[in-house]
Amino acid sequence: MNKKEGNISVDTFSCPLPINSSSLITLAHGGGGKLTQQLIEQLFRPAFNNPELETQHDGAVFEIPPAKLAFTTDSYVVRPLIFPGGNIGNLAVNGTVNDLAMCGARPLYLTAAFILEEGLPVETLWTIVQSMKKSADHAGVNIVTGDTKVVDKGKGDGIFINTSGVGVIEHNLTIHPKSIQPGDVVLLSGDIGRHGIAIMAVREGLGFQSQIESDCAAVSNLVQSLIDADIEIHCMRDLTRGGLATALIEMAQTSKVSINITETEIPVREDVKGACEILGLDPLYVANEGQFVAFVKADHAKHALDVMQKNQLGGPAKIIGTVKEAPQETVILKTKIGTLRMLDMLSGEQLPRIC
Amino acid sequence: MCLAVPGKITSISADDPLMRTGQVSFGGIFKEVNLAYVPEAKINDYVITHVGFAISVLNEEEAHRVFDTLNQLNALDEPENPTP
Amino acid sequence: MKFVDEYRKSKQANQFADAIRRCVTRSWTLMEICGGQTHSIAKYSLQDLLPEKISLLHGPGCPVCVTPVTLIDKAVHIAALPDVIFCSFGDMLRVPGSREDLLTVKSKGGDLRIVYSPMDALKIAQDNPQKEVVFFAIGFETTAPANAMAIYKAKSDGIKNISFLVSQVIVPPAIRTILDSPENRVQGFLAAGHVCTVMGYREYEPISKDYCIPIVVTGFEPLDILQGIYLCVKQLEEGRAEVENQYSRSVRKEGNLPAQKIIQEVFQIVPRHWRGIGEIAQSGLGLREPYTQFDAENKFSCEVHSQERSTECISGLVLQGIKKPNECQAFGKSCTPESPLGATMVSTEGACAAYHRYQSVRS
Repeated sequence: MNKKEGNISVDTFSCPLPINSSSLITLAHGGGGKLTQQLIEQLFRPAFNNPELETQHDGAVFEIPPAKLAFTTDSYVVRPLIFPGGNIGNLAVNGTVNDLAMCGARPLYLTAAFILEEGLPVETLWTIVQSMKKSADHAGVNIVTGDTKVVDKGKGDGIFINTSGVGVIEHNLTIHPKSIQPGDVVLLSGDIGRHGIAIMAVREGLGFQSQIESDCAAVSNLVQSLIDADIEIHCMRDLTRGGLATALIEMAQTSKVSINITETEIPVREDVKGACEILGLDPLYVANEGQFVAFVKADHAKHALDVMQKNQLGGPAKIIGTVKEAPQETVILKTKIGTLRMLDMLSGEQLPRIC
Repeated sequence: MCLAVPGKITSISADDPLMRTGQVSFGGIFKEVNLAYVPEAKINDYVITHVGFAISVLNEEEAHRVFDTLNQLNALDEPENPTP
Repeated sequence: MKFVDEYRKSKQANQFADAIRRCVTRSWTLMEICGGQTHSIAKYSLQDLLPEKISLLHGPGCPVCVTPVTLIDKAVHIAALPDVIFCSFGDMLRVPGSREDLLTVKSKGGDLRIVYSPMDALKIAQDNPQKEVVFFAIGFETTAPANAMAIYKAKSDGIKNISFLVSQVIVPPAIRTILDSPENRVQGFLAAGHVCTVMGYREYEPISKDYCIPIVVTGFEPLDILQGIYLCVKQLEEGRAEVENQYSRSVRKEGNLPAQKIIQEVFQIVPRHWRGIGEIAQSGLGLREPYTQFDAENKFSCEVHSQERSTECISGLVLQGIKKPNECQAFGKSCTPESPLGATMVSTEGACAAYHRYQSVRS
């Protein structure tokens, strides 16, 4: 169970559905009739609990001050549904909150659409939904509208979640790949690889006894502290699948620059390193869910680092590299032994290896 | 081939010799490793581990030899700037 | 991590590079046998630290690369069967067969599971008595003790619903094949440190003597490989041809005797076909008579018609060090990690994949 955020144990919540209801999601729950209503009234609405949801309308209506908006969407299909340090629910909320934060927006409202597989225990759904509420509260957002469908057993993976989010941009920075310039400094918010290893640890056949929890977290507060400190942020990118390396390669290609990074500056926890060693994985490509890179104006870099390191989440933050003029849109890594190599995109998911 | 990593034995379960296993720490992550091929291994030894099996006990004295060789090479060397 | 990080330091790496530079007077061509060493050389751009006179060729020590296409096709066939749980190391999933790879079988609904150890496959068999479990037992001598133990335990514990698709190969015959080739350019070898951890290095002494060639048993970290190269080059410069042990923190001359014992109990030497190279006599391990009941090729009748998909692929020449990956017409064009023509572009330690992925900035 995810006990991380807010020190509230989900064990203290008992499932609110009437005792004589089925304990599994059935096709009827997606039928639009009484059982669907029951699911919404007795599970989703009390869990997400906010004024916009109370209107019980087809959509949420809200006012936003005159400002630029950021709008994003993402779908979540993680296996297993619940993993050390999180679950598909808070992954979804934090993921969308983080995408808004990466645009320099203050996240405001989220949608949540669920595709549930027939046979999913209601208890599991309740755990996940509670977790979403906690993450939303922590990030200062409300989940204001949503949808539920149920598919036949075998046609889903327990739960699929789609979240969309809207946020408001309250500054004059243009935080966008096109703003990245040669000379910019690259900061990394923290240590890499925890999420991917946490997931691997619970996969059948790869189990090890580990205390590694996913780094799944909302970084919006950390980003806001940078904006409040008047750091000239040119671009940000959160690290997800494909890890740090993939994020940087994508930035280099989109912004048409070259990025140089130094391996010895990239924080990796010892236990994550150990897991990567025995599975033959490169931490640079292992998934993260609570870290980002920021490209900032060179003479703001030291201050930016200071601000990040003082934040609860940003303690391990480091300056890891600089942006250079292209001609090639490459990411060049200075290895631990001082040699240089180009980082390449992986063709697919990094698989554990024995060779 | 042959990704094999050194880890430190933190406990040993002494069952049937073929299934003698140990908890081995790799930087703080623990894996159960079969110690059947290293009957001499003890707690706190480092073992080289491949696909869940220890294939040798790391010889800590020999491990330093690489650095002794380097020291000897340095002693023979005239001072010059290392290659960047 | 102790006994890992110390061997990845810049100052010491440069010190070895300087020592190599000081002792080399002419060009030498060395081959590292093991794919893991190839991977390390590429990952740390070690070639960039070496003087141009030293050329590194990459050997056939990649069990993924050398597993015959017929065996991949049999694996694909078996994995697609209902009521079969097919277990494999992750390395094998993207290796191209004649038509498909194992990952495609998984995407079509085959029950394919990545395992870390062959013993995990044994556990899956015990937990799923109504299914047939098949484990893809690939590897060089390093992996043989683990595979042997799983097979031995399957028999001793009477586990009936497991079998093994065996693709075990051994190193010394491959070295001889490379040295016997009229196109051979190799003048010194870095032998595979973990293979020698299991088998020792006695069997390399006759090779060194017969072909008058230095062989240095070498580890996998940057300092190990640089020291291995240094010792090999020093031998060549001094006109010596011996077997030396750089990886002495793990390797003893006699190797690991309990491991060798169980290998001999379960396996026997057999001829093996090496993908891209051809059949090499006495170069593989096959199941001995008491264990043939666990041979998946016996248990499942697989009529497969195998042929290599590509005529452009020169992986065999790459594996023998006769060509380098970037000397292949298809390299980086019709053959990439996303669409590999041969196994050497698939395996993370295959020379072609290593060249493609870990591109040296200098080159």
